[in-house]
Amino acid sequence: MKVPVTVTVNGQVYQREVEPRMLLVHFLREVLGLTGTHVGCDTSQCGACVVLMDGKAVKSCTVFAVQADGAQITTIEGLARNGQLHPLQEGFWEMHGLQCGFCTPGMILAAYDLLQRNPNPTDEEIRHALEGNYCRCTGYHNIVRAVRYAAEKLRVQA
Amino acid sequence: MATRYFGVAMKRREDPRFITGRGTYVDDLTLPGLVYAAMVRSPHAHARIKAIHKEKALQHPGVIAVFTGKDMVESGVKSLPCGWLLPGMKLPPHYPMAVDKVRHVGEIVAVVIAQDRYTAEDAAELVEVEYEPLPAVADGAKALQPGAPAVHDEAPDNVCFRWSIGDREKTDEAFRRAHRTVKVELVNQRLIPNAIEPRAAMAQYNPATDEYTLWVTSQNPHVHRLLMAAFVLGIPEHKLRVISPDVGGGFGSKIFLYPEETIVTWAAKQVGRPVKWTARRRESFVSDAHGRDHITEAELAVDEKGKILGMRVKTIANLGAYLSTFAPAIPTYLYGTLLSGQYEIPTIYCEVTGVFTHTTPVDAYRGAGRPEATYVVERLMDLMARELGEDPAEFRRKNFIPPDKFPYQTPVALQYDSGNYEGALNKALEAINYKELRRRQEELRKQGRYIGIGFSCYIEACGIAPSQVVGSLGAQAGLWESALVRVHPTGKVTVYTGSHTHGQGHETAFAQIVADELGIPIEDVEIVHGDTGSVPFGMGTYGSRSAPVGGSAIVLSLQKIKEKARKIAAHLLEAAEEDVVFEDGKFYVKGVPDRFKTFQEVALQAYLAHNYPPGLEPGLEASSFYDPKNFTFPFGTHICVVEVDPETGKVKILRYVAVDDAGRIINPLIAEGQVHGGIAQGIGQALLEGAIYDENAQLLSASLLDYALPRADDLPAFEIDHTVTPCPHNPLGVKGIGETGTIAATAATVNAVMDALAPFGIRHIDMPLTPEKIWRAIQAARAA
Repeated sequence: MKVPVTVTVNGQVYQREVEPRMLLVHFLREVLGLTGTHVGCDTSQCGACVVLMDGKAVKSCTVFAVQADGAQITTIEGLARNGQLHPLQEGFWEMHGLQCGFCTPGMILAAYDLLQRNPNPTDEEIRHALEGNYCRCTGYHNIVRAVRYAAEKLRVQA
Repeated sequence: MATRYFGVAMKRREDPRFITGRGTYVDDLTLPGLVYAAMVRSPHAHARIKAIHKEKALQHPGVIAVFTGKDMVESGVKSLPCGWLLPGMKLPPHYPMAVDKVRHVGEIVAVVIAQDRYTAEDAAELVEVEYEPLPAVADGAKALQPGAPAVHDEAPDNVCFRWSIGDREKTDEAFRRAHRTVKVELVNQRLIPNAIEPRAAMAQYNPATDEYTLWVTSQNPHVHRLLMAAFVLGIPEHKLRVISPDVGGGFGSKIFLYPEETIVTWAAKQVGRPVKWTARRRESFVSDAHGRDHITEAELAVDEKGKILGMRVKTIANLGAYLSTFAPAIPTYLYGTLLSGQYEIPTIYCEVTGVFTHTTPVDAYRGAGRPEATYVVERLMDLMARELGEDPAEFRRKNFIPPDKFPYQTPVALQYDSGNYEGALNKALEAINYKELRRRQEELRKQGRYIGIGFSCYIEACGIAPSQVVGSLGAQAGLWESALVRVHPTGKVTVYTGSHTHGQGHETAFAQIVADELGIPIEDVEIVHGDTGSVPFGMGTYGSRSAPVGGSAIVLSLQKIKEKARKIAAHLLEAAEEDVVFEDGKFYVKGVPDRFKTFQEVALQAYLAHNYPPGLEPGLEASSFYDPKNFTFPFGTHICVVEVDPETGKVKILRYVAVDDAGRIINPLIAEGQVHGGIAQGIGQALLEGAIYDENAQLLSASLLDYALPRADDLPAFEIDHTVTPCPHNPLGVKGIGETGTIAATAATVNAVMDALAPFGIRHIDMPLTPEKIWRAIQAARAA
């Protein structure tokens, strides 16, 4: 019934046996104990579960763990490097881009995907790119500022 | 007091854990031997339960137990209580699981406990329930019609209560001598809160100590404990510990005692293993308490000069199938009392009929009664201004309560403590460049483009609330707040607050207050909340009460700490206590600032008690319970500017300006964030959101695919400003800021759209103002 998968999460290789129907988000949260990735809905609307799979943002509630076999996954826990916050994490903190924090990991990783594709987005482009991520606390105002902050910082670094 | 922190836009201290994925929400927790609960919910809005067959589910591998409502009741479990009683109100029982009948879609009929989440959900589908479907009614007005299916035998006409406020005869008289009147029928549609973290509960029972621990998504863990222990499960209160860790948004929906946490706590003892339940979003839609759902007829009367003579309001409030914890208070004392708005209105009469329907229970959702009142008042003000051909800003200004009339007694019970409404209006008009904008509106209309300017001059009563007052109005609780301040021997400080943060930033804002008062670095202050095992009994967070009530409780405790510390310092300095001053964390004799004892030195001595004032107890901690003297009354003006595309009916928000007065601001960053989020939810109601029930009381909008929450690209950037009129009756001078945006934004947005549509002669469209509704209204207007 269970099948073996090998998934690299935040640089670490994990080999586990899972039910074929197990969702990637449950694999991360319940099998690996990485609870930074959240579940907010059943219909792939809210984006709380967004992680990077082979560098691209995916809703991990819509991916089976077996589909991630052989993939590289980055979750919010793996974004900071050597104790240094990623500019997006820093931006969300600086600009008060979060309140309850529940949507934040997915929001940050969706924004990460955007900035890879478009390092200098307009506010409108940021809002459009994040339309698959719901935030119920901030009204998105400061999330847009946070992403802009990160974009500027990444451009300076690059 | 040196204000090194108060008023500073500090970054939040709670954020590092959230931006790195180290927050701890209930569903993140696990325990050895943990098992999972899945709820079996009714697909019918109204049905008799003929039989429940557990066998197939029990035979499913991995299933541990299946329980029904009958099992719970037979073991002595009682009804979930209602925490606010109105005279003559009908109070039918509400068991955690239905026993004989189901009364709304989603009501729980059984629970399956299994070794993992997937197995529990599989087995829940194997529970066979035989239903005899019965006719159902979802609409509040239809439920009142003769022959409507009754939700409860106790209320055959579906009326839970009839409530009124104000002077009926005086108001009728005002309308008789009015120069002009306007009347409007408004639907304030039902909303579904949708905190992004679904509700969750995990419970553990220890048979050796007979103690329970419940982790639950709660805005008020002590209230959860009290209601569950004393009323439902009969657990001695001291044997139940309730922990509400990081909570992913509440907006009211996590105040109430729900069936699920009760079931999980009870089941943990039955199966002898810890049990966890986490709502799927589909469950949130049918089981989180909904908000609003009013049908209202409202009228306004003015004299020849356009001064308001009176207001008359009649509302049907849909309460859903059962009375949720604070349900009766929301459409009554949090609604009717706010109908005076910012205006001098000599007489108001409001009557409210609370109605049972076969729908999910309705209770407080961000703003709770006050957005509904503001919507009524501000729609009436706009309609009257249009009726009189006056500018809506000037019509409001003319009717404002002037600053010299405070404290102001309204005809609907509240006494406003302070206000300067014109100040906020002027600031908002200036920000929006009003005159130029009106000119531009005229110009664009000639080109067939329709922009609209909408106002909302709102008042809010929050900082809930003086205990004796709410007690006299039916509250079954006091609404004070607690704070325990514990100074450790090294001078570090832990504050245990009865408030609960689920996004509001108390860990930062409260620490700012403490660090200032004690003159210590903010890093030396820790704020603890959300655990009945460590925090003194507290009432929690809702009704924008944390800063004015919770913050004031902390200030009281800090005063006690400083008084005692001064005694110790005086002894150490060999000085008279009254000669010792405390400044910037140092105690010194007046005039001799270079001979001092630091707060940390005094704290250490409090615990050593070697060189110590005779008769003084060792230790340095203090607890307080602060009961507010009045509500606080934030106010402000919000202006929304929209453009409506007449070909598609789509609304685009061009600008949104908010000028709020919440008194002194502890942390502008946090306060602005609260306003942003509030506005987003208010706009959500105006343009997007709405629960849809069909004629069989099926909830059609039961997922995020079907229920439109505002997305990033639905909203504009917000322009935020404020005025400062300190609250005169609490030690911090603060009011509440958490709900202002939601209270104001709905009316401002709808008024803006109606202003845009004025050239078509369109007077009113009910929310949400979807492109389809607007397009249809334009087509109808063009055809006429």
